[in-house]
Amino acid sequence: MTTKTSWRPTASVEVLRLRAGMLARTRTFFERRRVMEVETPMLSAAGTTDVNIHSLTTRVSGQPGAMYLHTSPEFPMKRLLAAGCGDIYQIARVFRDGESGRWHNPEFTMLEYYRLGMDHHRLMDEVEDLMGELLGEGAESLQCQRLTYRDAFLQAVGLDPLVAGRQELLDVLARRQVGLPGETLTDAQLSDLLMGTVVSPGLGRDRPCFVYDFPEDQAALARIRPGNPPVAERFELFYRGMELANGFHELCDADEQRQRFARDNQVRQELGLPAVPADENLLRALEQGMPACAGVAIGFDRLVMLAAGADQLSDVLAFAIIRA
Amino acid sequence: MASYQTSEFRSGLKILLDGDPYTIVENEFVKPGKGQAFNRVRVRNLKNGRVVDKTFKSGESVDAADVVETDMQYLYNDGEFWHFMDPSSYEQFAADANAVGDSVKWLKEEDICLVTLWNNSPLLVSAPNFVELKIVETDPGLRGDTAQGGVKPARLETGASVRVPLFLEEGEVIKVDTRSGEYVSRVKD
Repeated sequence: MTTKTSWRPTASVEVLRLRAGMLARTRTFFERRRVMEVETPMLSAAGTTDVNIHSLTTRVSGQPGAMYLHTSPEFPMKRLLAAGCGDIYQIARVFRDGESGRWHNPEFTMLEYYRLGMDHHRLMDEVEDLMGELLGEGAESLQCQRLTYRDAFLQAVGLDPLVAGRQELLDVLARRQVGLPGETLTDAQLSDLLMGTVVSPGLGRDRPCFVYDFPEDQAALARIRPGNPPVAERFELFYRGMELANGFHELCDADEQRQRFARDNQVRQELGLPAVPADENLLRALEQGMPACAGVAIGFDRLVMLAAGADQLSDVLAFAIIRA
Repeated sequence: MASYQTSEFRSGLKILLDGDPYTIVENEFVKPGKGQAFNRVRVRNLKNGRVVDKTFKSGESVDAADVVETDMQYLYNDGEFWHFMDPSSYEQFAADANAVGDSVKWLKEEDICLVTLWNNSPLLVSAPNFVELKIVETDPGLRGDTAQGGVKPARLETGASVRVPLFLEEGEVIKVDTRSGEYVSRVKD
């Protein structure tokens, strides 16, 4: 609906100027480290199979099927890595259906980058430097806290997420007075609810906090390190209760990647969600050989929120979805 | 029956939960990066005013409550029901004591009130924010005492009791803020 004032930006000009400065500093940061900027297509014949990420689709004349608007530039960037591009980064607009709220907009800016030869710990070191560059005073580093996923849960709710059963999750949710939806939730969904409502709001209150080594069933595209129990070499960064980044020591094994796509689509079917074609080009690239690397996706708009002291995402977007 | 998806949730939306009409006070979209998305919603029960928190899995849908708010003219009380009229359609509605609630002490015939209808029957009657009512009982006025700031109780034509400045007399009309129940000013003819 248009009104007399709906043509106006949702962000102030001052915040847009701050945002432009942060984009420039990000590019300088990577230039100094010899990481190359790339651009990959927003439209793809394959989408993400991730059960909790919903793609928007569109049609393009001359193309046989529906095309997916990317939800992250991850797959084509990995194809570039396999093609020998070396270290790369991208600042891209990505699209996720159904994500709208104080911290979400269906279209947002993602900073995604890959570093050859690094594992998730070394990548966390570098992301910490980037946070210092963008959010710290001057070039001074912003000292980050580091917690395993297990310790984050143990400290917040006294529950070991790697071994807890359904009843323990239900007990903690009841004790924290988190109401359950009418529909029955799977164990994974109960743990997401606990993470989203109780654990993550308390993370990184005073300084950014990395949470790493996730449960195996939340590996997404990370390597799994064998052990008892095995853990996924994945990390997330939280600051003032907001999730800012998600990184992996990347899975390079084509067969395992193929199995994960198939498993995702099986869960999609069980949940009544549409199946998504696996990205065969990514699988071919992995078969050909992708160099060992770590990669991370950073929510750029949320960094601007922190720098601007904004309390909602629409305050840092020129035109949030309500005025798009 | 109409329904809403969680993506349509916003404050002020009227929904039906366990058979009762609710209004959404606050809606928060919560989603761990790669996890299930939820809507954490604060809702107010329109029948009893109680506020509760509910969790929905994003993508769930909820029945809409047929609730509309309309300005209506208060007509009269027949001893059991308070009768209102929609001035545009002349349709009349009878509200019970439960719907009228605390507004009863401010209701003066012909005043315009905000009536909330649920399934076309009055659920809630809100008195106008300001009403002008006649003082029917108070201690005699003290002339020349306007600067003192002293107050005394006064009973109004609708039965409400408010504290008014000492200089006011029976038969005078005053303006009252119904939200706070406080005297605002004297109304001169």
